[in-house]
Amino acid sequence: MKADPRNVLTGDHYLDGNHASAEGAIAAGCKFFAGYPITPSTEIAERFARRIPLVDGVFIQMEDELASMNAILGASWGGVKSMTCTSGPGFSLMMENFGLGIMLETPCVLVNVQRGGPSTGLPTLPGQADMMQARWGSHGDYEVIALAPDSPQESFELTIQAFNLSEKYRMPVLVMTDECVGHMTEKVVIPPAEEIELYERRYTDKKPGEAWPFEANGDDTAPMLPVGKGYKFHVTGLTHDYRGYPIIDAEAQEKKVKHLVDKIRNHVDEIIWIEEKDVEGAELVVMSYGISSRVVQPAVAKARKEGIKIGQIKMVTVWPFPEKRVRELAEKVKALVMVEMNYGQVYFEMDRCAAGKCKTYLCGHAGGTVHKPDDIYQTIKEAVK
Amino acid sequence: MSTKAAPLNVKEDEKEHPLENILRMDRIPHIWCPTCGLGTTVTALAAALEHLKLDLNKVAIVSGIGCTGRVAGYMKLDSFHTTHGRALPFAVGLHIARPDMKVIVFSGDGDIASIGGNHFIHSARRNFDITVICVNNFIYAMTGGQVAPTTPGKAITSTSPHGNYEHPFNLPYLAGACGATYVARWTALHIRRLTTAMSEAISKRGFSFVEIVAPCSTLYARLNKLGTGLDLMKFYHDNSVIKHGADLKDVDIDFQSKITVGKFVDIEKPTYIDSMNEHLKKKYGDKYKLYGGVNGND
Amino acid sequence: MKYWRTPLDIDKLKIPRGELHIIKERCKGCGFCVEYCPKGVLQLSTEFNSKGYHPPEVVKPEECVNCDLCEMLCPDFAIYCVRVEEDEKEVSK
Repeated sequence: MKADPRNVLTGDHYLDGNHASAEGAIAAGCKFFAGYPITPSTEIAERFARRIPLVDGVFIQMEDELASMNAILGASWGGVKSMTCTSGPGFSLMMENFGLGIMLETPCVLVNVQRGGPSTGLPTLPGQADMMQARWGSHGDYEVIALAPDSPQESFELTIQAFNLSEKYRMPVLVMTDECVGHMTEKVVIPPAEEIELYERRYTDKKPGEAWPFEANGDDTAPMLPVGKGYKFHVTGLTHDYRGYPIIDAEAQEKKVKHLVDKIRNHVDEIIWIEEKDVEGAELVVMSYGISSRVVQPAVAKARKEGIKIGQIKMVTVWPFPEKRVRELAEKVKALVMVEMNYGQVYFEMDRCAAGKCKTYLCGHAGGTVHKPDDIYQTIKEAVK
Repeated sequence: MSTKAAPLNVKEDEKEHPLENILRMDRIPHIWCPTCGLGTTVTALAAALEHLKLDLNKVAIVSGIGCTGRVAGYMKLDSFHTTHGRALPFAVGLHIARPDMKVIVFSGDGDIASIGGNHFIHSARRNFDITVICVNNFIYAMTGGQVAPTTPGKAITSTSPHGNYEHPFNLPYLAGACGATYVARWTALHIRRLTTAMSEAISKRGFSFVEIVAPCSTLYARLNKLGTGLDLMKFYHDNSVIKHGADLKDVDIDFQSKITVGKFVDIEKPTYIDSMNEHLKKKYGDKYKLYGGVNGND
Repeated sequence: MKYWRTPLDIDKLKIPRGELHIIKERCKGCGFCVEYCPKGVLQLSTEFNSKGYHPPEVVKPEECVNCDLCEMLCPDFAIYCVRVEEDEKEVSK
């Protein structure tokens, strides 16, 4: 279905990534925001606070990030699209209840505007060092969807995409930006509402008394049950069966966890979104995501001028990782290079999938600044030797 | 090891227990110990809901982790068993998304006042139209009897094996100080007055807090050599003092001391949604559409 | 019952009567109902249910006044009382 024109600020705007992300959420129909201020994500909350009362939604600044994560889960069960935003330290606080969102299969969106870590780190400077935490941050086994915008325009579009994916797969979806994109002001073109495609939440068509909250019906994602319509369902964070009742044994655990994992693994081809450039016939492929994929471009251009056959892959979805594609490429190229603002996180996934069939290189650093194109160029030269 | 319930050998009767329509009978018998007071508190809640003649489709119950947290699983309402301490913010999100629903938080003393303490004080401060029922058994029972912020001094628990040397919370005082509009405490023995208090709390417009002092036989009573839950109930019988409107500073509970019960606070204050609506309406006039609750639209 | 004077509507007063139903298999022998019955109608029996608890038994059925205290206090939803209209005794003068 299409976006509601009352929510969409159609036109050309000059916005930073955070503001664009908030606009994307509002355009997607998000009506509830619960968050806690943390640099560099606070502008998302501030824009929401300003805009949401006039689009029939509610903004609430909760007492901490733990409350924020839970409030958006509660609101989502109430039938309202909800989101929160945070950065590294808050992301860590939200982890337990992110797991609750996964376990209860609750749609919502969490935007992490990454900054330098660990601990308080660099609040006002970019980093991309929460990527593994995005994948494994909460305890237990589960799969995750994480998107990485590289510009304010993409922040707008990918936030909408995040809502769509969260409704489709009934889970919290992450948008992993960083301080650079979040605070970078660029032109953002917001299309008319009828050009914005939204995935609406699927509710059960069974009657009260016949429907259970986690009945997958052969599909991998079960339809949700609405609150307040007589279904009187029970959901719990304990391992449960299709009825939502806690069952404390290994068999129920196997069923539930397998479902949480297969929900994504069986649909990776529909979820994964990567943009490739000049990969066919390349001897070297540079992989990157978020702001790093923009910094890679001058380095790649310089290398190409020298005759190096170099391809680029920008991961729009970082999780699920494009395992199949990387395994294919590893057979054909001499080397794969990962460019990210950390000391190796998604690099290890790339390396694992290369499985020794080609060389792998990391161009990484501790964060606080985007890469210097020259450093990337040097890594490319090293890789091609 | 499966935890399926054994089939019940119910007495041949055309009538059934009056509460069977509000309980999830497919999960009865419950897991609580003999002489535990929790079953009694569930009866009180069911009686309160029946007395208020509420549409049970529009009542949601949210609980946290602990013995009391299991209450949500036994009530046939839209129920949510969330993580430890986070029942309140979950309920806040649900309440704001659905101001048409009555949201009740039913959780234990550790869940609400320890790990959930921050959420408790802020939710009371903001006066959300939610009811919080806190069953206080002075201990963390589910996990084996550890000390809680409400455990009286000198009490023995598994993490205060030499006796508790901390000062406990006075929960009504805490709730009142943070701005709750209805504060009451009863024991599980005062079953009728408890039911009335729950009815008043649920129908009260604002943040209501009801503390229920309930017996924990297997942990609190046993570790402190106080007998069984029945002995604790006898203790409540002999040592409860009803003082409506008592000064909140004076209602603290020491080890085996007098327990002051009653309705302590019952005031009027605009709820969170009321305040939000009033303020934004004043500022934006017709551009602002009143949010839920007040006009019944959402 | 003794009054200091006879109430004017004594001929209209009826003491309620109740009929107890005990779901023996749910009982955990806590003793709340026995302890707090105001008329001493119940006591813990010597029989066992399948879990090994002693459910209550009714020893003075004619004394039950349908106060519902046992039903409300029972933590296991194992006892309830039903109002019996026909057998209500009149209050003696």
